[in-house]
Amino acid sequence: MIKVDSYKIISDLEKRHIESLAKRGYRIDGRGFKDYRKITIETDYVPKAEGSARVFLGNTQIVAGVKISIGAPYPDTPDAGVITVNAEFSPMAAPHFEAGPPGEEAVEVARVVDRGIRHSDIIDKQKLAIIPGEQVFILFVDLYVLGYNGNMFDAGELAAVKALMNTKLPKYEIVDGEVKLVPEWTLLEIEDYPVSVTIAKIGNTLVVDPNANEERVLDSRITFALNSRSEIVSVQKGEAGTFTVNEIEQAIEMAQEVSPKLREILKA
Amino acid sequence: MALFKYPVPEKLIDENGLRIDKRKYNELRPISFEVGVLPQCDGSAYIEMGGNKIIAGVFGPRKVQPRHLAHPNKCVIRALYRMATFSVEERKSPAPSRREVELSMVIRNSLEPAIFVEYYPKTLIDIVVQVLAADGGTRCASINAASLALADAGIALKDLVSAVAVGKVDGKIVLDLNDIEDKEGEADLPIAVMPQFNQFTLLQFDGNMTKEEFLNAINLGLEGIQIIYQKQQDAIRAKFAYEYSNSGELTEKNEREDE
Repeated sequence: MIKVDSYKIISDLEKRHIESLAKRGYRIDGRGFKDYRKITIETDYVPKAEGSARVFLGNTQIVAGVKISIGAPYPDTPDAGVITVNAEFSPMAAPHFEAGPPGEEAVEVARVVDRGIRHSDIIDKQKLAIIPGEQVFILFVDLYVLGYNGNMFDAGELAAVKALMNTKLPKYEIVDGEVKLVPEWTLLEIEDYPVSVTIAKIGNTLVVDPNANEERVLDSRITFALNSRSEIVSVQKGEAGTFTVNEIEQAIEMAQEVSPKLREILKA
Repeated sequence: MALFKYPVPEKLIDENGLRIDKRKYNELRPISFEVGVLPQCDGSAYIEMGGNKIIAGVFGPRKVQPRHLAHPNKCVIRALYRMATFSVEERKSPAPSRREVELSMVIRNSLEPAIFVEYYPKTLIDIVVQVLAADGGTRCASINAASLALADAGIALKDLVSAVAVGKVDGKIVLDLNDIEDKEGEADLPIAVMPQFNQFTLLQFDGNMTKEEFLNAINLGLEGIQIIYQKQQDAIRAKFAYEYSNSGELTEKNEREDE
């Protein structure tokens, strides 16, 4: 994906406007600093996917689907199944997107969502092993961004986790060392419900869930994935700005404050 | 490898002349449209046709980048057809396939005749189609949705383009093939038409038919297309009736707006 640079450039006027609003305690779309945009989630959206979800976060829209196949495990974890996350930004998601292989932005989203899932132990991967060392279930979680209006990370995490929450695993039997799948399904066991909270630093103000305009003016952003016990399981600091220790502490507190609300929406 | 190979029914048409999804030979699958679903696009539309779920977005007419691709007398049309990895039984590789490249071209060629291209010299119109769920006949469903997205973008059109696949199943000519009929049937004939003029903009064929069967199939397709055309018109009317109504009621769509 190639970016047309002009789109990234926001006028100095608008940048100063957003910054001065932030200083006075306001945001450009009228939200409070700890408010998310409206979140809508549809599940079981794609019949041929083993699990799926469609998430709207304001005008940000992501469809996630899970496909399952059987393959060899990684050599360093022979008795565990595999989960991989991919993200693709459709050119329809924003006027400046171009068709092509995933760019660094899409790869970052996929990697950050992947880590949030991986390190929260959402699934006991040992249970995905069919014949340890030989054959395991491989779960492909694919994210399609259909609307790009900021904060792909949190929307992506919601979509991926929700899709896994309704993923069906086929039953199997092992006959003479060969795996035979039975066309009966069990729901994948979910052991944790990680959510991710992205916080933008605009001037010296921290706000959650930046929209596209805020993303263009922010100095720096930080994404926390938190498990159900409000422990931090992954962090990604993004863009070229900086954070002080105080700001990091403040950001963690914000993330811990808003994450239960997100989890409630996720579990609903 | 797909997880399961589901058995194909021995007979695709039963003794009462009904198809595997209980349709008659000349019956369409349930079809519904929604226009204006993507706020970031100049025009957009969503279609559900049987089990197909497809979204189409249009940008333009806009500046051509790189500029040497611009045409002095008309706009350049670019179409992209993409299938989600999870839209089909066996996970599709995320890399663009030859099929996707061909269908992108086929969709462009089906829609371009309906556009007053000479109204927009030196510009570009981008059509992006994303298949989220596939159930046979995705190219036709894509054309139906993309044509509405063009209209939604306010691009001058000679007509909408309506498309459907006709085929031969167990020796019988049937309308609007589903996934299994598409794969197991004897012939597949996707067509797209500008219904006001009965001009064909898409005609592909795979399989085996006599001349009589072929002409029968085309006529059956045209019957189906009239119904689809009506539904497309209803969908676009519904959107603009909504936009210009003074009710001021807060709908779900309104709440989603955050820019």
